[in-house]
Formats: sequence, structure tokens, C-alpha cells
Amino acid sequence: MAHVLVVTSGKGGVGKTTSTAALGAALAHDGDRVVVVDFDVGLRNLDLVLGAERRVVFDVISVINGVAKLSQALIRDKRLENLFLLPASQTRDKDALTEEGVAAVIAELRDRFDWIICDSPAGIERGATLAMRHADSAIIVTNPEVSSVRDSDRIIGLLDSKTVKAERGERVDKHLLITRYHPARAARGEMLSIDDVLEILLTPLLGIIPESEEVLRASNVGSPVTLNNPLSAPARAYFDAARRLRGEEIAMHVPNESKGLFGKLFGRKAA
Amino acid sequence: MSSLVCQRQSLRFRARSYMAFAITPRAPVVDWLADLDANLERSKGFFAGHPAVLDLSGVNLRAPAIAHLVAALEERNIRVLGIEGVDPATAEPGLPPVLRGGRGTPGLEAGERATAAVTGRLAPQRQSLASLLIEDPVRSGQSIVFTEGDVTVLGSVGSGAEIVAGGSIHVYGTLRGRAMAGVNGNARARIFCHRVEAELLAIDSYYKTADDIEDSLRRGPAQAWLEGSTLKISAMQ
Repeated sequence: MAHVLVVTSGKGGVGKTTSTAALGAALAHDGDRVVVVDFDVGLRNLDLVLGAERRVVFDVISVINGVAKLSQALIRDKRLENLFLLPASQTRDKDALTEEGVAAVIAELRDRFDWIICDSPAGIERGATLAMRHADSAIIVTNPEVSSVRDSDRIIGLLDSKTVKAERGERVDKHLLITRYHPARAARGEMLSIDDVLEILLTPLLGIIPESEEVLRASNVGSPVTLNNPLSAPARAYFDAARRLRGEEIAMHVPNESKGLFGKLFGRKAA
Repeated sequence: MSSLVCQRQSLRFRARSYMAFAITPRAPVVDWLADLDANLERSKGFFAGHPAVLDLSGVNLRAPAIAHLVAALEERNIRVLGIEGVDPATAEPGLPPVLRGGRGTPGLEAGERATAAVTGRLAPQRQSLASLLIEDPVRSGQSIVFTEGDVTVLGSVGSGAEIVAGGSIHVYGTLRGRAMAGVNGNARARIFCHRVEAELLAIDSYYKTADDIEDSLRRGPAQAWLEGSTLKISAMQ
């Protein structure tokens, strides 16, 4: 049964694309058929993070416009044979996305994949609303700081009103993914604590991804962090989150409670 | 209708809503006036002291005819304060202003009351206990506007969200957004919340922003009410 998942946040730069790539790779690594769809038309990034930028021929807009077939636009990952990318167009803008076109593409993808992960652009305009439009569930990516949390609150409101599921009177399942969490700064009160974020957003927690250089390093070499360094702290947090998405019960790892984890992190840096 | 809260408190514009009879003439107007006269004969002073709005959607009248009708009603002591159901272009300087967006009032339909008055028994005026219950959290960017009465929110009101109520506002979670109570000029409206971290509290267009709310009150249960022209906030035990 195909599952449409939107990765969204409202605010830019919080880690939507990184999380889409990392979770997509983690789900595909465990055997599911996964497609990640870039909705950031005009400012695409997902192809870079997946290292597929040199193989883009067609994109989601060409499929919507009937220029290419879906199978022509899908790019298979070089490392995982059941991970695919449907890239965004870089030369167009969000107005090229049409309601009917997006509906048709998502419907066709549902027949082929277990997971359809839609990487939303920042903002609450057309690109973002169409990315969430057909979602069965949503991952809200939040950094532990006030502006990101408020934007996430806004996005949750939109998920409850502007999606197809909401208009049918159903609910989009929502998962909160806290990224760029810095335990030491949270302990000093320079960041919101996990409890603060959860209290404001009242949304079940999917995972806490610690701030790590591994994430940047993986992006720079065009590889999801879950494939580039599967044993790193952020990669393991993403793997746990992916298993929770599948419905597995896994104890939540709050980075500041685990000195061992950070001992390992620092150990790796020194090496 | 909402109050317009100005930055400078010396100048305050306030919107208010009032109950008015909507009088709906039928064609031919001459016969309708005769019917009206017959009714007025039986219950004199029925319209005395009550403002009325003339709903012309059932007839097709030009400006001179409307002026004639308004004058005919004035003769019968019916003061027309506005007309509706006509193209605003037909309005002439001499005529009452054209109104739009009127809403029916359950329990106080002019027609029903007229019948009751004629038969001599006035149905007890039931004031509808209007209230709105919101069971979900109110998220940033959402705006709940309910000018008919109280609003109760079981969850929290997020930063950047707003609640506008004609009556009081009750928030059982944390109030982080804006709450505006008594917007129709109801100075007795209050705001209650389980935990106050509000961006703005307003009652009957008197307001306080987050900066004006004492730190000692923040993060605790609180209520706000109006004392004269001062918005008071106190902790609730």
C-alpha cells in the first residue's frame, strides 16, 4: 500500500531536503520501494543531495506538461536500486505546478512505490501547498528555536485544512522531526528544549537529529547521510525515525541524555 | 463586526451591531402598504422606537419610488435607517444608506413578532446562548472569529493565531497568540486562560500587548477584564 509523505516546515534552511534524502535512503535501504519528489520548482536541491544532478533530463514539470513519461523522468539512485528521484525543474517556477497535474503524478506514483516522499519548498505558497495536498502523513521538520517552531505551527494548521484528507474530514498523520539539535546549547538555555517544542506543537515526535558536521559532509559529496556514514549519530537517528515511520516501536534517543553517543562523536572528530 | 484597534489610543473607531426590523415590501407596493396599515391598526406603536431596514429585494423600484416609499413609512412612524437588496448605484444622497451583509436573527424575526403582537401574545424573547467550542489547538496563522458570543478553546492558541469573540474567551491551554473579547462593544466580556503568554489581550478595543503584561503573571493562569477604560489582568488561583 503506497504511502504519500510530505516533508515540510514553513521555514527554510531547517533540513527538509537533507531529511527527505536521509529518510528516503533509510527506507530504501531496508527494502522498500521509495521515490523522493522535489517540489521546490525553480530552486531544486534534492538532486544535489542525492548526487543525481548530472543525470537529470526530464523533471516533474515535463511529466505534468506531458513532455515526458513518468518512467523517463524518474532517476534511479546509483547506490540503492529501489530508491528513485523525481527532480524539480530548475528553469520554471512554482506556477508551473498545477493541481490536476500534481494529482495525476502522485496517483501514478502510488501504483509503483511503497513510499512517495514529497520534499516541500519553504513558505506556505503554491509549491508548499501542492506538496502537502495529497499527503497521507506529514513530517514537520523543526529546529529548536522560536521562529522555526512558530512556522511549524502554521504549517500544522495548513495540514489540517488545505489537504485532500482534511477536506474529506480525515486527518493527516503528523510527525515531528527535530533537527540540528545541539544538546550543550539546549542545556545552556540557548535553544528551546525538546519539551518546549513538543509542548507548543503538540505533535508526536518522530526523531531528534543532532547537529553534526556529518550532515554537511554528506551533502557536499552528494550522498544522504544515512548512506555516507551509516554509523554516525545523525544517520542512526534517521534510521530510527524511518523504522518508526514503518510503525516499529523504538525508544527515543534524546542526545543530551547519552554521553556515550557524544563521546563517540568527539572521538571520530579527533581521529 | 470587529473593532478597529488603533495604534494611538486617543482615537478609537468601533464597529457595533444592532438589531433592526427588516421590512420587506411586496409588489404591488400599494396593496402591501394597505396590508401594513391594517396590521398597524390592530397593534399601534409596534414599530415605535425600533429602527427598521427596508429590504427591497422583492420589488423593483427606482430612486424616486424608493424615496416615496420611505416617506410613506415615515408617515406611519417607521424610521428607515438603511435600505438593502438594491444596487448601491441606485442610492441617491436623499435616501438612507445602502446596507449589506445583514444576518437573520433566530427567535426575533420581525414577521413572527408581528404575528404575535397581532394575536396579542408575545412569544418570550429567547436570548440564544451562543458559544463556540474549539476542541483542537488553534495554530499560528489561524483566526477564529465569533462575534455572536463566547469562544472556548480546549487546547492552546499558538503564537500568531488569534481569537476574536463578541463575548468572553476561555482558553484551557496556553494562550500564546492574540485574544480579542467583547468586540461588539461588550465591556463586560473577559478573557480567561490556563496559562498566559499572550501577544495581545483586548476587551472592547482596549488592549495590552505582551510588553504590558507583568512578568509575574506570565506562564500562570490569568484573567483579564475591563475596569472603566483600563484593561486589568490578574492571576487566577
